[in-house]
Amino acid sequence: MDKFTTLTAVAAPLNVANVDTDKIIPARFLKTIKRTGLGKSLFADMRYNADGSEKADFVLNQEKYRKAQILVAGDNFGCGSSREHAPWALLDFGIRCVIAPSFADIFFNNCFKNGILPIRLPEDVCAKLMDDAALGTNARLTVDLERQVVVRPNGEEFAFNVDPFCKHCLLNGLDDIGLTLEHTAAIDAYEARQPSWQPKIHGA
Amino acid sequence: MPRTLFDKIWDAHVVDRLEDGTCVLYIDRHLVHEVTSPQAFEGLRMAGRKVRRVENTIAVVDHNVPTDADRLKGVNEPESKLQIETLEQNVAEFGVTYFPMSDARQGIVHVVGPEQGISLPGMTIVCGDSHTSTHGAMGALAFGIGTSEVEHVLATQTLLQKPAKNMLVRVDGKLAPGVTGKDIVLAIIGKIGTAGGTGHVIEFAGEAIRSLDMAGRLTVCNMAIEAGARAGLIAPDETTFAYIKGRPFAPKGKDFEAAVNYWKTLPSDEGAHYDKVVVLDAAEIAPEVTWGTNPEAVIPITGTVPNPADEPDETKRAQMERMLSYMDLKPGQKIAGTKVDVVFIGSCTNSRIEDLRQAAAVAKGKHVAPGVRALVVPGSGLVKKQAEEEGTAQILIDAGFEWREAGCSMCLGMNPDKLTPGQRCASTSNRNFEGRQGPGGRTHLLSPGMAAAAAVTGALTDVRELI
Ligand code: SF4
Repeated sequence: MDKFTTLTAVAAPLNVANVDTDKIIPARFLKTIKRTGLGKSLFADMRYNADGSEKADFVLNQEKYRKAQILVAGDNFGCGSSREHAPWALLDFGIRCVIAPSFADIFFNNCFKNGILPIRLPEDVCAKLMDDAALGTNARLTVDLERQVVVRPNGEEFAFNVDPFCKHCLLNGLDDIGLTLEHTAAIDAYEARQPSWQPKIHGA
Repeated sequence: MPRTLFDKIWDAHVVDRLEDGTCVLYIDRHLVHEVTSPQAFEGLRMAGRKVRRVENTIAVVDHNVPTDADRLKGVNEPESKLQIETLEQNVAEFGVTYFPMSDARQGIVHVVGPEQGISLPGMTIVCGDSHTSTHGAMGALAFGIGTSEVEHVLATQTLLQKPAKNMLVRVDGKLAPGVTGKDIVLAIIGKIGTAGGTGHVIEFAGEAIRSLDMAGRLTVCNMAIEAGARAGLIAPDETTFAYIKGRPFAPKGKDFEAAVNYWKTLPSDEGAHYDKVVVLDAAEIAPEVTWGTNPEAVIPITGTVPNPADEPDETKRAQMERMLSYMDLKPGQKIAGTKVDVVFIGSCTNSRIEDLRQAAAVAKGKHVAPGVRALVVPGSGLVKKQAEEEGTAQILIDAGFEWREAGCSMCLGMNPDKLTPGQRCASTSNRNFEGRQGPGGRTHLLSPGMAAAAAVTGALTDVRELI
């Protein structure tokens, strides 16, 4: 997993509430067995016409946002299905940070596990960042994870909260499984304590 | 200190606690399917890791299997085929028990788990699918996880988790005839909204919930996720124990007794603390139907489509307008009488034998309306077999319904069963997002009885007029 420390980048404004994971990556693109290559299908239904051509008015199709690495989004971003293809698609496009007033739980957690930083900020703050983002390449936002602040182009800073453990993992690019395997002795002990009536699933 | 059902299951599965309160939580059951597992197995292989406990793990194909009678001859769609074959290679390589398409036990993972006695009270159950909340009806803590977590559970049999908050949704009183678990949960979502349960595990309780059979309870917990909750739970009781007894993977004899003794300790203690409490009166719940493109846009079948002009919040008003235009509905129009093109009875929400019986009771002696395509997709091969043996299937077939093989089918646009643009569908599934059942498709969520009523009349209809 790539480390996340400080990111200064163009932010794309997506001022729509309840963008569900079906919108982020429609179900028909889920039939992959790899983690990469989904970026071109990100927001497919919002981004492309039925004939596959780009919808000119969609934010990521505008020249200034093609290299955006931050997304400023609306309320309840990432609701719906738990598909991890949603963060994979964002990441494959190049998005490393999503800022919104609120997120759906599963999506929020899946972001951290894939090296994306989701940031919850109050509605009025998001509105200001949305205005900044509207300026395209003329305005870059800086996200400093160490200091837990988002810095506007005018220098104004907004502090955000992040779970200390998730922060530690993102800063160091640590993978959860390696961390958990440090607890193997405790897992062994737990399994040894399980009641004997607990059935096992064995080959059919 | 008095504890909730959730607290008890949680406490019993904490293996270790990290400084910041994150817990290493033990997972008793891991259900694996073809869509969210390939990259997880890929990860294991890349890191040289094994599946820690194959005896806690079961795999099944469901999301993109075709549901036509010829499917064993081969899957045509190349990407579906690849996912199915990849799962088959992975389960063989890692030694995981697997129900392939040719096995009568194959079906939707959330139907198979309870049906086989794999999902049991007091357990922690996970699956790379958000509707894992379904298994909460067994009195288990069950939740959906992403593919990274699937890999994590395969490798460690644990997850890193923080406890959720407790929410109680109590449905008091008795349900009116024709009103089902589906209507209860739609009414709950209508009341609390699709973010109403965010950060919480919802425990469903009260007389109306207790009176439901296991199928009805599974339906309610299935859609806890549509209310934004991390999981849904219903305390195990005699109904639960009777359902489990004798199922293939359930404990037997003395072990069953020992298990029941433990399960009886699980229900929430008197005075346990809930962070949020919502109470509904069962008598006020009618057969419900969604009118929009999220599950909270729901009204009783006797109701009218709401008017965006009455919505003070600008964002919400714009969203309502968009929903109405997508759904091709007019403000103030009666929802009953809206013509449908397709009827889908199936999905992990409503594809159990009890659901099919509800549909058959309505369809008996009638016929699917001209121009309507009606599909019934049993949740598992065993549900299908039972329906065929007891005559439920024949009633539906005689009424003109297509009778198909088990799978997710038209619940999501991922296999050959899809809506075409503009088609309107009365569906017993759980999601009505734009394009969910196929690009441009319009979904109305409702109960199996209501779906059957729509099939035979050709329009959204109050099922109570037909029973
Ligand atoms: S039936 Fe639908 S909701 Fe249920 S697991 Fe399958 S696709 Fe998901």
